[in-house]
Amino acid sequence: MKERQKSIWVFGDYRNYYQNRVTLQLISKAVDLARVIAAEVCAVVVGHDIEEWIMEYTAHGADRILAIDHPSLTSYSTEHYLVLMERLAGERNPDIILIGATDFGREFAPRLAKRLKTGLSADCVGLDITSEGLLVQIAPSFGGNMLAEIVTDKHRPQMATVRPGTFKEIPHNYERTAIVERLPLPANLPVSRVRVVEYERAAQKGHTIENATVIVCGGRGMGNKKNFKKLDELARLLGGDVGATRPVVYAGWAEHDALVGQAGKHIKPKILFSFGISGAIQHTAGLGEANFIVAINKNPQATMMKMADVAIAADASDLLNNLIKELKKRIRD
Amino acid sequence: MLNIVVCIKQVPMVNELPWDEKTGTLRRDLATGMMNPACKRAVEAALQIKDKQNASITVITMGPPVAEEVLREALAMGADRGVLICDRMLKGSDTYATSFVLAEVIKKESPDCDLILCGAYTSDSETAQVGPQLAEELSVPAAAYVENLDISGRTLRVRRLVDHFRETLEMECPALVTISMERYEPRYASFAGLNRAFVERDIAVLNADALGITAASLEARGSRTKVRRVFIRKAQKGNVMITGAAANAVGEFLDKYQRKISAVIGKSIESKNQT
Repeated sequence: MKERQKSIWVFGDYRNYYQNRVTLQLISKAVDLARVIAAEVCAVVVGHDIEEWIMEYTAHGADRILAIDHPSLTSYSTEHYLVLMERLAGERNPDIILIGATDFGREFAPRLAKRLKTGLSADCVGLDITSEGLLVQIAPSFGGNMLAEIVTDKHRPQMATVRPGTFKEIPHNYERTAIVERLPLPANLPVSRVRVVEYERAAQKGHTIENATVIVCGGRGMGNKKNFKKLDELARLLGGDVGATRPVVYAGWAEHDALVGQAGKHIKPKILFSFGISGAIQHTAGLGEANFIVAINKNPQATMMKMADVAIAADASDLLNNLIKELKKRIRD
Repeated sequence: MLNIVVCIKQVPMVNELPWDEKTGTLRRDLATGMMNPACKRAVEAALQIKDKQNASITVITMGPPVAEEVLREALAMGADRGVLICDRMLKGSDTYATSFVLAEVIKKESPDCDLILCGAYTSDSETAQVGPQLAEELSVPAAAYVENLDISGRTLRVRRLVDHFRETLEMECPALVTISMERYEPRYASFAGLNRAFVERDIAVLNADALGITAASLEARGSRTKVRRVFIRKAQKGNVMITGAAANAVGEFLDKYQRKISAVIGKSIESKNQT
């Protein structure tokens, strides 16, 4: 008897395709995982005018595409997508479903998991698989610098949302082919109970901390609000922005806008100064692509110090004052 | 009258976390609790509705006995009724189980509720999954990450910014909304409110049995995920360590990296003494 073809699904979240390549990153990881358990990688794309995404997902590694293209799916609708995915997954029983941890994905995935009566881990920063096909989901946990290994051992599919930027996409190859199944919109698709009144792309802000080349981040180790505010001066000298950790934002030393980390901004500066930050994962999860990290902390054993290119063991506020003083002497335009 | 349910959670106070230096883990047993900030904004959102129209607010939490504190706080802010679900059997529930239990409580304690509010995410686990999964349990329309909500008759209108799209959505009550950190700055509890909340008010405490939840129903509708182990994140770099007095350390650092920094900031910081 022929064994059932194992399958790893990736949900096609293409709304910000050019800014956010998480679907491609997940296809790439799915290809790795599929090799271990001899599965196929299947991308699901629903929407209208989706040929471009079918082509892209094929070029980046998908073996099969399940596509539903219909004018009534023109804008993202959580309820419609739920109905369609619930049916497809119910009919075909994938082993794994991976979804990008975008705002959409993080609202959609938990509801889909509930409908499929299965487990879901949130915002994973790593995935692994055993030869038996158990998906090991690495997710930030315990309000600090800990990671948890989470498994859904008794229910299928195994589901995870994954932080954008965690995996590298496979370079495109437009020679690749995939089995493309174009499926009809089910006739009895219920009307969405949520009506879209307005829907528009928000104006892109010009300069933001997300695209700053120098960022000066401060944490609790700055001691107090007055000391923290001096980070502004260093940022000005270096033409950079100030970022903050969550405890600091909650303490009112910095605005929520400055929050860097899992619940805040994801930054990719060329140089990151990290003052008095221990390195809890809620913060470090936002630093995935920081190029050159300079950490200053009294405790040389702090996680942030170990993550740094240069670790300066000193009182953060004291060092900041000295650095400002010295830079003022040295800077020549 | 509009019946509003707000689901809230007690989380460790993040700016004074007791860390176990040896293991690098959070000593949850020593942590001071507080109401999760996004949950507090959900309470505020409910109160702003109540400021304008006849409404009754029930706050629900699941947790250890000490979680009663956050219910008292919500009562002090102006909520009407508090329900604590407390049972050892429910310890370690994942979001699948938590949303099941919360739904059972709502069906029992507020079967005619019009609006369910949750914080968009909690500051300790940040899964953001309980609200959306609760909407599924209750089979109601829902929206997550809501910045602003208005209610007119039975119609709920919400605004939110998701994935760089600004959306205005409408749905009919009963509906569920999770509130983001963007707006709804929470009000302070008045002294009279605090006094009422802690002295005069009763909080209903329910265990699993009172909700008709058994080991069998938890097997069927309880946790789907297991935490196999927790570990410290691996450090990635760790190249150069500079120690010594701050002034000397600054000099050593700048001398060593002046070219690199100059190139990035587009201004020279190269020391005049150096060549």
